[in-house]
Amino acid sequence: MPITERRLIFKNIDQPGYAIDIDCYLRHDGYKDLKKALTMKGPDIVAEVKTSGLRGRGGAGFPCGVKWGFIDPTKNTKPVYLICNADESEPGTFKDRQIIYKDPHQMLEGMIIACYANNVHLAYIYIRGEFTLGAKILEKAIAEAKAKNYLGKNICGTGYDLEIYVHRGAGAYICGEETGLIESLEGKRAYPRIKPPYFPAVLGLYMCPTIVNNVETLCNIKHIVAMGGAAYAKIGKPNNTGTRLLCVSGDVEKPGYYEFEVGALTIGQLLNDVCGGIKDGRKLKALIPGGSSAKVMKAGDRYKIKTKKPDGTMEEKEMGLEDIPLDFDTLAAAGSMAGSGGVIVMDETRDMAECLANISTFYAHESCGQCTPCREGSLWMKKITSRIANGKGHPDDVGLLKNVADNIAGRTICAFGEACAWPVQSFVEKFKNEFEAHALGTAKKSTEQKLEAV
Amino acid sequence: MSINRVTVPATQNIPPEAVYPGAHDSHHPAPVIPKDFEAEVDTVITHYPVSKRSASLPLLHLWQEKFGYVSPEGIEWIAAKLELQPINILELVTFYPMFRQHPAGKIQIKVCRTLSCALGGGYALCDYFRKKCNVGEPDAHGLATSPDGKYSVEFVECLAACGTAPVIMINDDFYEDVSNVKADELLLKYQG
Amino acid sequence: MNPFNHDVTAPDAPLLNVQVDGEWMQFPKGLNVIEVARRVGKFVPHYCYHPKLSIPGNCRMCLIELGTPKLDANRKPVLDAGNKPEIAWMPRPQIGCATQISEGMGIRTQSPLVEECRKGVMEFLLINHPLDCPICDQAGECKLQEYSVQYGSEGSRFTDDKVKKPKRVDIGERIVLDDERCIMCSRCIRFSKEMVKDDVLGFIDRGSHTTLAVHPGKRLDNNYSLNTVDICPVGALTSKDFRFQMRVWFLKETKSVCTGCATGCNTLIGSRENLVYRQTPRENEAVNSHWMCDQGRLGFHYIHAPERLLEPVSKVGHGKLPTPWTELIPRLAAQLRELPAGKIAIVASGRMTNEEAFLLSQIRKILGGDAVLSDIVPRKGEADGILRSADLNPNARGLELFGLSNGGQTLGQIRHGIDTGRIEALIVLHENLLGDAGWPLSTVQNVKLLVVQSILACPTSELADYILPGASFAEKRGSMINGNGRLQRLNKAISIPGQALDDWQILLQLKAALGGGNGLHTIEEVFKAMTEATPALSGLSLSRIGDLGVDLKNLPATAAK
Repeated sequence: MPITERRLIFKNIDQPGYAIDIDCYLRHDGYKDLKKALTMKGPDIVAEVKTSGLRGRGGAGFPCGVKWGFIDPTKNTKPVYLICNADESEPGTFKDRQIIYKDPHQMLEGMIIACYANNVHLAYIYIRGEFTLGAKILEKAIAEAKAKNYLGKNICGTGYDLEIYVHRGAGAYICGEETGLIESLEGKRAYPRIKPPYFPAVLGLYMCPTIVNNVETLCNIKHIVAMGGAAYAKIGKPNNTGTRLLCVSGDVEKPGYYEFEVGALTIGQLLNDVCGGIKDGRKLKALIPGGSSAKVMKAGDRYKIKTKKPDGTMEEKEMGLEDIPLDFDTLAAAGSMAGSGGVIVMDETRDMAECLANISTFYAHESCGQCTPCREGSLWMKKITSRIANGKGHPDDVGLLKNVADNIAGRTICAFGEACAWPVQSFVEKFKNEFEAHALGTAKKSTEQKLEAV
Repeated sequence: MSINRVTVPATQNIPPEAVYPGAHDSHHPAPVIPKDFEAEVDTVITHYPVSKRSASLPLLHLWQEKFGYVSPEGIEWIAAKLELQPINILELVTFYPMFRQHPAGKIQIKVCRTLSCALGGGYALCDYFRKKCNVGEPDAHGLATSPDGKYSVEFVECLAACGTAPVIMINDDFYEDVSNVKADELLLKYQG
Repeated sequence: MNPFNHDVTAPDAPLLNVQVDGEWMQFPKGLNVIEVARRVGKFVPHYCYHPKLSIPGNCRMCLIELGTPKLDANRKPVLDAGNKPEIAWMPRPQIGCATQISEGMGIRTQSPLVEECRKGVMEFLLINHPLDCPICDQAGECKLQEYSVQYGSEGSRFTDDKVKKPKRVDIGERIVLDDERCIMCSRCIRFSKEMVKDDVLGFIDRGSHTTLAVHPGKRLDNNYSLNTVDICPVGALTSKDFRFQMRVWFLKETKSVCTGCATGCNTLIGSRENLVYRQTPRENEAVNSHWMCDQGRLGFHYIHAPERLLEPVSKVGHGKLPTPWTELIPRLAAQLRELPAGKIAIVASGRMTNEEAFLLSQIRKILGGDAVLSDIVPRKGEADGILRSADLNPNARGLELFGLSNGGQTLGQIRHGIDTGRIEALIVLHENLLGDAGWPLSTVQNVKLLVVQSILACPTSELADYILPGASFAEKRGSMINGNGRLQRLNKAISIPGQALDDWQILLQLKAALGGGNGLHTIEEVFKAMTEATPALSGLSLSRIGDLGVDLKNLPATAAK
C-alpha cells in the first residue's frame, strides 16, 4: 500500500500561488473557523478539544484539553494569559518554521480560537530570535487580522477583545521549556521554575494562570473546531489522534517535512518510502525519533512493545526498529519518544561517539546553569564525550559517562536534565562496544564522514 | 570619637584584579539616542501593559539592531528606561547568545553546528567561510572576526532548518543547503 | 519584616499526619519537608534553601523520596494493616525545600536513592570548585566541607580542566568575592533583593560558566551586605574585616546583643583568648531574625583600640597619676561627700547596662536623689525600616527606667548649672561631652570635680580629675532593654584588659565607699536587688532572661519619642 501524506496543517503550504497575505488566506476559507468558534461558548470549545484527544506537539505530548482544563474560570479571579511557544529549537525539528513562514494566519486563527475558548485577552507569541523574518511575518499578519477585526477590540462584533504581541527570544534553547519561556517573557534569564508550586496553569506569566501551547498544537485547534472533536479523534489512532508533522534530517535521500496521521506509518516506511532510503545506498545505523533529546534507536535491535488492544487488554509484540509506528505511545513503549517530531537519521558510516559528542556540546552550551546537576553535569559530559570521540578517552570513561548522566536525569528543575542525559544514556547503552573501543584507542577511524568534536 | 563607626582596617583593601565580561572597554562613545529610536522603544513598551520589565529583550534587540552591539551605555540606558538595575540587563545580555557586547563584522556569518547540519557538512562549511573571510582564531565567545572588521564567522546552535543542512545565517537572512559554491555566491552578494 | 517565613506556621494551622522515615507524626500545615525533618531532629542537607528567603530549588541537595496516599477506585486512601494509609512512592526524588506537607504524605530522608542523589550533587558541586580550603576563610564552617564528609564520595573522578572564573573580586566596601568557590545557590542575590531591596547582585553568563557579579560600577555596599557573607554556604563571599584574621574553629562564640542601636540584634561574639575577631547575628525571631546591620556588626573594633583606658588615674596637682582602685575610690567618695546635692550632676549613658544604671541610681540617692541632676546623651540616627533604630543608644529605655534619663532634656540645665558655677562636680559615664554631647570646652573646663568613667581616652577624659576605666560590652555580663521593651542579656566573651574594671564593680565600690556595704558581691546579687527595687523587672533573674530575652509587660511607656 503506498504511503500518502494526510495534509491538514500543511494543506496549503508550498501549493503554487499560496501566499502569506490575509487575502490569500481568506480565499482559502481563512478565519471561517474562528467565526464558527465565536458562535460557540468557550467551555464548549474546551470540551471539543478534550474530545479530540489532541496531544501537545511541542515535545512532551501532554493532552491539550487537560492542560486547558486546569484553568478553572469559575474559581479564577486573575486574568488568564496564553503564550504560543514558537521557540522552535529542538535539534532536528523545523516544522513550526514552515507554518510561521508560509501560513502565519493559520497559526494566528488557531491561537485566537484558543484564546477565546479560555477567555484570554492578552497573548504573546514567543518566537525564537533567529526567526527575524518570521517575527516580521507574524507582526504583519497580526496587523492584517486587526484591520479585518479578527483581532483587537470587539472581534467580529462579538464584544470579545484580544491583543496578541510577538515577542522575540534571543538564542536560548531553554526558552522552549514553558516556565523558562515565561521567565524570559517577564524579562529575566530563562531559568525554569520549580513545579510545584509554579505550574503555569496556576502561577504562570506574572503569577497568573497561563497556557503555553506549541505552534502546531494551536493550528490543530482550528481544525478541531472545523470538524468537531469527535471527527478529529478519528484521525490517527486512539490516544494518538490527529496528524503529525514529521521533520526528517540527516542521512536520507529526501530529508524534509511531512504530515501524516499519527501512527499511520512505520519508521521503515518513513525512511524508505517517504524519504527515498538512506543516502547513497548506505545502511541505517541509528535514528533519533523525536528531536535530539529523544533516546537513540539502533538499527537491527528488536523492541518488545506492549500495546493496549481495543478491548483494553495488553499485548506484547516484538518488532524491529523499522516496523515501529511513529506515534506517541509506541515510541514511548520502545524506550524513546515522539517528542517534537524531529527524526535524525545516521547511516552506517557514522561514528556514534562523534555524534554524541556533537549532541553533548549542544546541551553543555544550552544549559541555563540554574541547578547543580545540569549546570555541572552537562559540561562534564561534553568533556568526556569529546575526549572519547577524539580518541583520548580513558578506559573508565564509558562507565563514568553513563553514571554522570544517571546523576542528572530526574534530579533537575526542568526536563532539560533528561534532554541532556537521555542521549548519553542511550548512545552509551546501545553502542557500548563502539564507545569502549574509542576509549581504549582501538576504534577504527572513519575519515570520510568524520564529524568534528569540539 | 564616635564609637559606632564602620571601620575596615587599611591592610584589608583588596585590589580589584578581576575583570568581568562587559566591565572593560571604557572608551565607548556615549550614543546619541535618535528620536525615532526612542519612539520605537516607547511603542514596544506598550506591548507589555502588565510589566515593563518584559520589554527587556525587545529593547536589547532594538539597541543591537541600531548600534550593532550592546555597549555598557546601552545596558544602562535600557535599565533606566525600564526602571531596572543595570545588573538586571547585564544578566540578560550575557545569558542570551544573540546579544553581543562587542562589535562583530559588518557581514556576520553564523553557521549551524548542531547534529543534522554537522552530518550535512556544517563543520567543513564553517572552515571554508573562515578561510574565505580570512578570520583568525575564534575568541572566548567563539566569534572570529577578520582584521578589517568586515567579516565575522561563528558557530551557532540548531537554527531549525535541519532538513536542508547545512544552513547558515548571514546577518538576518537564512540560507539553506549551502555548498561551497553557494557560499562563494553569497559572499559576493553581500560584498556588493 | 520577613516576606518569607518557611519555618513558622500560624498558631491555628491544622495538624497533618505525615510519615517520616517510617514513623507517623503530626505537623502543622504550611511546613516544607526540610522544616518537618528539622522538627524531629532529622537533617535534610541543603545549600540554596533559607527559611527567610524565597525558594529557588536550585542546589538539588535536599532531594528526598516522597509519597502520597495510595487511592482505591473510589479515590479513598488504601489502609495498611496498622490502619494507616498505604503510600504510593514517587519514582523520582523531590526537593524537600519546595515540597509542602499534605495529609498522608510519606517522606524518606534516608534511603539508598536519597544517598545516591546527595552523592551525585556533591560530586557536581566539587568538580569545578577550586578545593582551596587551606587558604579559604570559610574553612571550618563551609557546607561543602561539611556535606562532603557526610554525604560525598572519597575520591574524585574528575580529570579535566576546571572552569576558570574571577577571583578576589572587590564587590563592595566590606566584601570580597571568589567566583570559583561560588555554587550559584543565589542566597546572596535573593537576600539583597528581598530583604534589603538593593538589587545589585546577579548572575552573568550561563551554564557551567555562570558567574555571580555586581554590575560594573555598582557596589554591594548597603548596610546589610555582610549578611550575604553569613548566608553564603561556601567561601565565595568573605568579609574584608575578618579575612585571614583567624581560623573559625579557634573562635569561642559567646551569645550577646549588639549595642549599636536600640534594636539590640542578638549576636555571637567570636573571640580567641582576649581578642574579639568578629560579631555575627544570632537568630531571634522576636528581634532581628537572622540578620544584623554592618554598622553594628563591625562596631566592636574600639574594644582593642590603642586609646583604651587601662588603669585608674587621678589628678594630683597639675599632673595625673595612676592610682590604685583601693586608693582612688575612697578619695573620690570623700570629695563627693563634701558637696551638697545641688552641686553634683550626672551625665549617664544609654550604653550602660541596667545593673550599672541601677547602682548609679543608688549612688545618686546617696548623693541627694533628685537634687542631683541626671540625664543621658541622646544619640539620634535614622531608622532604615529594616533593623536599624533611630535611637542609637542600646539601653535608653533602661536608663529611663532607673530615673537617670530625661531623654537629653535635662542636659541643658546641667550645662547651665556648670556655666553659672552652681554645679561643681560632674560624674560622666561612657560619654564624651566634647563629642557626641556637643558641649564647648569652656563648660567642661568649668567643672571643678570631673569624674569620667569610660572605655577609651577622649578629650573629656583628658580633662578629668578621676578616670575610671570600665569594660566594653564584650567584657561583661548584664542586661539591656531594647527600644521595643525587650530585656536582653550581654555575656562576657573576653576578659577586661589591664586594671580596668567591670562598670558595675566600680559603681558598687563607689557606692560602698559613699554609703557603706550592702552585701552585694556578684552580678546575680545586683540583678536580684535591682528586680526587688524595680516593679517592671520583678520576678526576673539573669538566667530567666534566657538567650532570647523577654518582653517586659509592665515597663512604663517611654517619655522619649
